[in-house]
Amino acid sequence: MAFKLPGVIKGLTVPFRTMTQPTVTVQYPHEKEELAPRTRGVIALKEENCTACMLCSRSCPDWCIYIEGHKEKAPPRREGGKERLVNILDRFDIDYGLCMYCGICVEVCPFDALFWSPEFEYSEFKIAKLLHDKDVLGEWMETVPEVEPLEAGAVAPKGAK
Amino acid sequence: MMNLLFASNGIDIGWGTTTAIKTAVVLGTIPAGALILGYVFLLKMMSHMQSRLGPMDPGGFHGWFQLVGDGMKFLQKEDIMPEDADKRVFAMAPIVVLISTFLVYVVIPVGPSLYVRDLNVGVFYALAVSSLSVIGVLMAGWASSSKFALLGALRAAAQLIAYELPLLLAVVGVVMQARTASLQGIVEAQHEGAIFGWDSIGLPFIFTQFIGFGLFMIAAQAELTQPPFDMPVAESELVSGYMVEYTGFRFLFFFMGEFGTAFAFSAIAATLFLGGWTLPGLDMDAEYMKIVGPIVLFTKIMLIAFLMFWARFTYPRFREDQLQKLAWKYLIPLSVINILVTAAFIVWI
Repeated sequence: MAFKLPGVIKGLTVPFRTMTQPTVTVQYPHEKEELAPRTRGVIALKEENCTACMLCSRSCPDWCIYIEGHKEKAPPRREGGKERLVNILDRFDIDYGLCMYCGICVEVCPFDALFWSPEFEYSEFKIAKLLHDKDVLGEWMETVPEVEPLEAGAVAPKGAK
Repeated sequence: MMNLLFASNGIDIGWGTTTAIKTAVVLGTIPAGALILGYVFLLKMMSHMQSRLGPMDPGGFHGWFQLVGDGMKFLQKEDIMPEDADKRVFAMAPIVVLISTFLVYVVIPVGPSLYVRDLNVGVFYALAVSSLSVIGVLMAGWASSSKFALLGALRAAAQLIAYELPLLLAVVGVVMQARTASLQGIVEAQHEGAIFGWDSIGLPFIFTQFIGFGLFMIAAQAELTQPPFDMPVAESELVSGYMVEYTGFRFLFFFMGEFGTAFAFSAIAATLFLGGWTLPGLDMDAEYMKIVGPIVLFTKIMLIAFLMFWARFTYPRFREDQLQKLAWKYLIPLSVINILVTAAFIVWI
């Protein structure tokens, strides 16, 4: 048996050194961890931007977004113009019992109606309560953080002014 | 003896009462020692060595109540016995293990007159009695009617017998130096000894018997079936070896046996190599040693247990053949050489 004594003793020093250093544990209910800037906690809905185009619902891998809408006639923009058809959102629910936080809906939204919020404390005793309707999703908008400034030297996103 | 303690205070009590008090104290020491080692080292030190905090809430202060709570949970659990088990043997096995732990405490001195019995073959009695637990382990493994349990018990028997030898041979050097096998006598020899005429710290045998100390610690680790020698209970292959069919308070007995024995082995190591309950500079026969002695011994036990558990949390498990090789091909020859060298020193120097 190759019995390598220096390695055996060196092995002892590692846990000892770790023991003398402060731990990385965060005592969660008593203290809160500092979250990363783009934490995926919950998805917020900005209702006035939504056109009920269904892109998010169709791209959702879990089929957890339920959208219902109808078309309404709206007055023309210009004097003497044609009447317009506008999509009105009746229902926008996200079932967080199904959601897997992939973020495809946020990526795919062409009108900037969906945002990530870092809030994560919305567990419920009843699974049905995890279905957030558009009022609840709208309330999450208040917790959406400002967009982080780009790092120095980063390539500007397409269409940026 | 305990009755001397009371007699010196003007209280005279009979043999029966003394024995009852001693038994109660030892019976209390096993769970208390197991709880202290389990909490301080298994829960807290191990957690910090892995950069985490361990239990923090139970009891209010750093989770000190966690293990007591766990123990109470075990008492509430259903007592399940496998259908094909040998019921009587199955029920007796944990008690046999606990009795072997209990008997070790008989000879450990914690003060000038504080011990249950000062046998003149104390060290060898303690080590012989501690290996009684093999019988309990074999009983548990055989009676469980489970392949995992049987394999675990066979491994445990092979391991405990293999490491019994270096454990005993490592102690021989100390006994030769102290010229007595009584633990109280060994404590005295260390307190009154001198290092080449310099006697201000006595002669803790760790200085002359450092090889013996290393051998003793390694062999004790194996006797306790603690990692890296936990082949008999290897979770990843035998689930938990001979304990696999045990639930509730019977499992608690095994747990208390393991940590109670760890406490006892730390006490024996502290007595043999660190000077036991004496401290250099303190008068051995003074009246205050009856209170200071146990505290000193407890501190030394914690020191030894720290080394034990430090190794436990550091090293990965040995393979069965490596385990046997280490005992028979390295530790036993080394301990025999240690005895020869000690004998040569005693005769010629």
